[in-house]
Amino acid sequence: MAKRIDVSDLDIYYGKFLAVQGVTVSIEPRSVTALIGPSGCGKSTFLRSINRMHEVLPGARVEGKVVMDGQDLYSADVDPVDVRRQIGMVFQRPNPFPTMSIYDNVAAGLRLNNKQTKKADLDDLVERSLRGANLWNEVKDRLDRPGSSLSGGQQQRLCIARAIAVEPDVLLMDEPCSALDPISTLAIEDLMTELKERFTIVIVTHNMQQAARVSESTGFFNLNGVGQPGRLIEFNPTEKIFSNPDEKATEDYISGRFG
Amino acid sequence: MTATRTPSDQSTSRPLRRPGDRIFAGTAKAAGISILVVLAGVAAFLVVEAVPAVTAPSGEIPGGEGLVGYIAPLLFGTLLSAAIALVVATPLAVAIALFITHYAPRRVAAGLGYVVDLLAAIPSIVYGFWGVYWLAPKLVPLFRWLEENLGFIPFFAGPTSSTGRTMLTVGLVLAIMILPIISAISREVFLQVPTLHKEAALALGATRWEMIRMAVIPYGKSGIIGGSMLGLGRALGETMAVALVLSVSGGITLNLISSANPGTIAANVALEFPESTGLDVNTLIASGLALFVITLAVNMLARWVVNRRADFSGAN
Ligand SMILES: Nc1ncnc2c1ncn2[C@@H]1O[C@H](COP(=O)(O)OP(=O)(O)O)[C@@H](O)[C@H]1O
Ligand SMILES: [Mg+2]
Repeated sequence: MAKRIDVSDLDIYYGKFLAVQGVTVSIEPRSVTALIGPSGCGKSTFLRSINRMHEVLPGARVEGKVVMDGQDLYSADVDPVDVRRQIGMVFQRPNPFPTMSIYDNVAAGLRLNNKQTKKADLDDLVERSLRGANLWNEVKDRLDRPGSSLSGGQQQRLCIARAIAVEPDVLLMDEPCSALDPISTLAIEDLMTELKERFTIVIVTHNMQQAARVSESTGFFNLNGVGQPGRLIEFNPTEKIFSNPDEKATEDYISGRFG
Repeated sequence: MTATRTPSDQSTSRPLRRPGDRIFAGTAKAAGISILVVLAGVAAFLVVEAVPAVTAPSGEIPGGEGLVGYIAPLLFGTLLSAAIALVVATPLAVAIALFITHYAPRRVAAGLGYVVDLLAAIPSIVYGFWGVYWLAPKLVPLFRWLEENLGFIPFFAGPTSSTGRTMLTVGLVLAIMILPIISAISREVFLQVPTLHKEAALALGATRWEMIRMAVIPYGKSGIIGGSMLGLGRALGETMAVALVLSVSGGITLNLISSANPGTIAANVALEFPESTGLDVNTLIASGLALFVITLAVNMLARWVVNRRADFSGAN
């Protein structure tokens, strides 16, 4: 079930390069938290450090704490594989497995988690997940077709179905709509509003209206210059960020008066 | 283009092509056609020269049992040795490729890749000598053990060859010869698996091995099959290594560890050709035709296997 995440003093490195510095933030369960900011300020990097995907790159590491419901995700006895099973992720470009059918894509995570699911139960879970991602009606007659036969928006919803099929506690989305047309974007925004009943959602977006529409809280990342680390400048309720932000930089960015 | 042309003129006339394009297109076309011409020429030569052997009375064919009786054991030996090589080499090559691409530290990976590639540069006659003088004697104790403990399986019925120059030895030598081809191609396709798909698996909570099974191997499958077929092609046609290693004195048998083995087509041609005249030559050429057809068939089969699920290949 949805869990809260407390990040404190998180520094994120690519080798020697400090990409993100000193992030401290609390992410509430059953809500959508949006992260905004200019390109290269470390939004993706921060997002990937929440589910320990950051460290799959050679040399990449973090310092600091990410605590989920009391458990430090970076403590020595925590297996990153378990973290990723609890914190699902949707990527910027839709990435269904091209070698798998629609059905197998959704079932992929379930098969990892427990190998002996009965066929009927699996069918059930696949249907439930596809319904949860508002995709069922469009694909129910062609579950055996490759995932790559779908449109971009459908592929992204397939990826969401795949991520929610394993019932994660948290769902991370890195610009999930940036490769999609406006109608698919709306479909996914609607979906987020439904999914936040069950999951903690963190979304990176370049689209300010989107952040305003879907999120309860918004964090603004910025960086002082090329080669400088990105920082979380402001974190506040979305309403406040968009009407009366604490920081001048936030206001400049939101109103488009930006460097 | 001249300024006087009207749009309708343009749509009916051929598009302007630069000389460079034309030269390149012409060269490429000529190269493509020349391959077909050579292939057709080889096929025609084999067919024409094989005809006398096909039409000759069976008693005049070497061995006295007709053309089919002559070629069948050779064909069987060819396929059997190549099959052993493929069964042994493919999993090993894939494992090496996976190790190099996904497990080994960068420096070890580069070195190991280089060594495996080097295996491909060794001439086959060297493999032949190595097989006869080094590998075969070393394998004899293993063959004895197989005969005693697994003799009920037809492959290991024995009696064990005392020299070790058996079908299994040949299969193993061939396996090492085709290993670099399969592993080089598998390595290339494993490296091409998009990070996007690997991260999709990892983000679902896959371990490294699960990620490989979910994203890497399925994506690389057509490459693995393609590499195996190239390897199979080499194993089917290998001449010198087989001619040196295999002790030939038998017909069709599944027994892999005895001294009575069927020969292979290519090795048989190499061994017999210098002594042959007249119809004997035609017979050898007919066996070559059989090898040619088999190799083509194997390649077409591989193509079919790869294309059968092209939708799921990941290429789209
Ligand atoms: N794989 C990587 N290796 C090295 N540096 C990287 C890598 N990915 C991102 N960076 C650097 O980290 C910083 C933050 O990037 P990123 O998190 O992608 O920003 P955003 O998602 O906000 O656009 C940038 O300076 C970028 O150049
Ligand atoms: Mg990004």
